[in-house]
Amino acid sequence: MASLKDLRNRIASVKATQKITKAMQMVAAAKLRRAQEAAEAARPYSERMGAVLANITQAIGGGGDAPALMTGTGKDDVHLLIVCTAERGLCGGFNSQIARLARDHIRRLLADGKQVKIICVGKKGFDILRRDYASLILERVDLREVKTLGFVNADAIARKVIHLFNEGSFDICTLFYSQFKSVISQIPTAQQIIPAGQASATAETDNGAGGAVYEYEPEPGEILSDLIPRNIAVQIFRALLENAAGEMGAKMSAMDNATRNAGDMINKLSITYNRQRQAQITKELIEIISGAEAL
Amino acid sequence: MGRPSFLLLATRYSLLANLIMAEAFKFELVSPERLLVSEQVESVVIPGAEGEMTVMAQHAPVMTTIKPGVVAIKAASGKEDRYVVFGGFADILPSGCTLLAESAVHVNDIDRADLARRIQDAREDAADAKDDVARSRAEQFLSQLTTLEAALLPA
Repeated sequence: MASLKDLRNRIASVKATQKITKAMQMVAAAKLRRAQEAAEAARPYSERMGAVLANITQAIGGGGDAPALMTGTGKDDVHLLIVCTAERGLCGGFNSQIARLARDHIRRLLADGKQVKIICVGKKGFDILRRDYASLILERVDLREVKTLGFVNADAIARKVIHLFNEGSFDICTLFYSQFKSVISQIPTAQQIIPAGQASATAETDNGAGGAVYEYEPEPGEILSDLIPRNIAVQIFRALLENAAGEMGAKMSAMDNATRNAGDMINKLSITYNRQRQAQITKELIEIISGAEAL
Repeated sequence: MGRPSFLLLATRYSLLANLIMAEAFKFELVSPERLLVSEQVESVVIPGAEGEMTVMAQHAPVMTTIKPGVVAIKAASGKEDRYVVFGGFADILPSGCTLLAESAVHVNDIDRADLARRIQDAREDAADAKDDVARSRAEQFLSQLTTLEAALLPA
């Protein structure tokens, strides 16, 4: 049985922890708002990009001059996985969910006899995947120093990926990130970005021109070969932004839980403390009384 | 009968005014991070890959890549604004114009150090280019950047 002093110390330490988690929750809430605003502000660009892409794909009509980034290499032997996670922990199951999805994917690919390469964005995913697949990890992109996520960060990753593709080091590229649904729900998602395939081409063509004939400067094929790499950067950027918002959302609810748990713990400890104090008082009274009776 | 005819006259005058003032159309300048401009404008000068072009309302549908340069906007209110863009796309329709810029900054906010860094990067790219196609592309980009710098310097 812990002594009264021990109990007092424990209550004090749980209270201190509760203060920290409470503060972290509030910080996460503020950051979440900012991350959500950033994600919202980036939406028009990716939407318009989708429309332009659909338009040009239509103009080319699946002709033979579509760039390889779009049609793929025709093989699916080597897969590149870009796993985007957070740089920091303490955000519930956020990182492990993404890592689990990636791990399932890797296991399936390896079972099918495919070759797998991994690029980790964010420290946490790297830490988890390193345990099982250290030899498959090509690179780890560190965004720890980045205060506000900019397009340059995504662009740098996209450049690396495209460079690898042009070298012929992989056939299919899949992006892993967490889709931000709401503060309490983030859905780990796998999205194929190379070859872009028809997924982006099916985006509705709302060009308002009523199917008017476009003039292209330079040729559609040339525009497309410029546009596709940019689109990859945009996709990565969007994934990073969604991740940032998701991380903060997950952290907020995790810290909220922690604060509540600490509160429960303090209540329980206080009850034990009070009961024990009462027991000690009773014991002392009995000692006094029985001492007086003995006289 | 005096009042209705006065109204008619007023509408007629406003129509006339519209014709003189040139029609406005919707212009949007979007960078990956955010929507920079979204307003009714009279005309926009775009640094197209195949030469500068002025876009006005009822322009034929054109899609063009843009090179680093200055976008000059003349708003419907008569206000003029200039932005520096570094590559991107323009999607022009009779009803409006959307500019997808890789990065865009207002002329007043342009950072010379940043521009110098971009030129340095382009120079390295040109030096590192493996084949002729890549090199000529990198050199073209570099020359566009230096032209842009020269254009901005006196400002």
